[in-house]
Amino acid sequence: MAARNSFWHRVVDLYVDGFRSMTVGRKLWLLIIIKLFIIFAILKLFFFPNLLQRDYNTDAERADAVRESLIHTLE
Amino acid sequence: MNELIGVVDWSRAQFALTAMYHWLFVPLTIGLSLIVAIMESIYVRTGDTRWKGITKFWMTLFGINFACGVATGIILEFEFGTNWSNYSWFVGDIFGAPLAIEGLLAFFMEATFVAVMFFGWNKVSKKFHLASTWLTALGVSLSALWILVANAWMQYPAGCEFDPAQMRNVMTDFAAVALSPVAVNKFFHTVFSGWVLGAVFVVGVSSWLLLKKRNAEAARKSVVVASWVGLVGILATLYTGHGSAVEVSRHQPMKLAAMEGLYRGSCGQDLVAVGILKPEDKRTAEDPMLFSIDIPRGLSFLANSDFDSFVPGIDDLIEGRTITEQNDTVYGLSYAHKMALGASVRAALADYDAARLSGNTAAMNAAADSIQKNFRYFGYGYLSSPKAAVPNVDLTFYTFHIMVAAGGYLLLLFVVMLFVSLRRSDLLSNKWLCILGIISIAIVWICSQSGWIVAEVGRQPWVIQDLMPTTSAISGIREGSVQTTFWIFAILFTGLLIAEISIMIRYISATSKTDIQQPKK
Repeated sequence: MAARNSFWHRVVDLYVDGFRSMTVGRKLWLLIIIKLFIIFAILKLFFFPNLLQRDYNTDAERADAVRESLIHTLE
Repeated sequence: MNELIGVVDWSRAQFALTAMYHWLFVPLTIGLSLIVAIMESIYVRTGDTRWKGITKFWMTLFGINFACGVATGIILEFEFGTNWSNYSWFVGDIFGAPLAIEGLLAFFMEATFVAVMFFGWNKVSKKFHLASTWLTALGVSLSALWILVANAWMQYPAGCEFDPAQMRNVMTDFAAVALSPVAVNKFFHTVFSGWVLGAVFVVGVSSWLLLKKRNAEAARKSVVVASWVGLVGILATLYTGHGSAVEVSRHQPMKLAAMEGLYRGSCGQDLVAVGILKPEDKRTAEDPMLFSIDIPRGLSFLANSDFDSFVPGIDDLIEGRTITEQNDTVYGLSYAHKMALGASVRAALADYDAARLSGNTAAMNAAADSIQKNFRYFGYGYLSSPKAAVPNVDLTFYTFHIMVAAGGYLLLLFVVMLFVSLRRSDLLSNKWLCILGIISIAIVWICSQSGWIVAEVGRQPWVIQDLMPTTSAISGIREGSVQTTFWIFAILFTGLLIAEISIMIRYISATSKTDIQQPKK
């Protein structure tokens, strides 16, 4: 009984009951899940690498790449 | 070079597209969260359950917008890493710190209290629920705070020092970054404009309910709350707008000149209230307008809170020309001179690099001193000509004037709505007033988007004011890949927008046929 009334139990209960009783919310959660999937699993993974993180291993190398670009490449 | 311009243009278009779509959702979240909190406060204070029903109606619309808008801003951060890697590195921890705080503090605050807001009606006490609603509203504004601090730093890079060894800016004073006058003004101007947008949305939807003769009482009550929020919001937006103009005149005078289509400035400079610019090839510095109605000495006041002060035009800034209080013409640093200083910093950077590679510490220190001395002009070293420092005057001018005109209209709208709802509430059902309320929804979004176009197009060519032009911020990527992701975003965001509008319309239409003031369990 004490466990059922604990703070964490009530927090879980809030979410479980909340999700169960949703009406418009179901559609919205579906929308959010699809959106997050497209953003993180497709766009981030395949189209938007962090180029400096991907192409260089250390901060010193990244600084060199930007230095090279800003001093010499962008003439 | 053509490839570079292509990549820059497509990357800018992509960033503009994602930022503008993101900004469709954000101000409504800011405004509606406040209005919902006020409505719930009335419910808790009066115990009148009709207000609970009204609160729940608007809260659901807030939820739909929140769900559609959430995480759309994260795409901008992806673009920094892919399209703008020089920029991402160059800004160093200055951009990272505010955004990290946003993620840790505001996002979790929103996420926690939004759940209580929607799921906690019968689970927590009335007062705890109300506190959660207010904390959600606060969290929404705090989210906006940190991204606006980062944006303000790009417009006015304060509290940092360039480290040539790391090739990036290092934050030296967090308070100077977070509390810079540009950041403070930008934050309040943006949040207050969000209140206005949320208020117009509530007035517009309520007008539709009144037009359809559904839930008239709930609609009238909503109009009263929204009109108060809108009136306070628009007055505060106008006040902070003046503050923004003062900051722009201090730190980005070229932007101010472009906003006004001003090529040759003067003391006691007039403000263009309404005007049309001549075509660019027929425009002269002395007579750039085809037609204009001016407010005498208005620009001098707007820029410097002094009716007689000098406001420089585009050509004045390029030439470094200014007029003193004694009416003497004085020449300071011209843009050509700044370009030479910027080039000298770039050369010093090359010297620093050569000294670093050869291990010559004395030469490194000498080069570092040389870099620091004129670093504030670093970006000018990348400009092809002084005129390259001029933004798109037409776009900046027209969006500025659209924003101001729409702001004036909205002030009038809230005065009328408030007067009518308090003194002649029968007139609220007037067909034409209802139509005006509905049309105003489109007007407020145009106003809001125009404000951002002024801020971002007007500061070009700088991605960081005076330190880095947009063309230097770009990554070594191919134009085709940016084009591909541009269209992906265009489709994705349009889909999201259609989803939001369609879910909202269906919800409003369906709920309006029931009694909104009778809260469902």
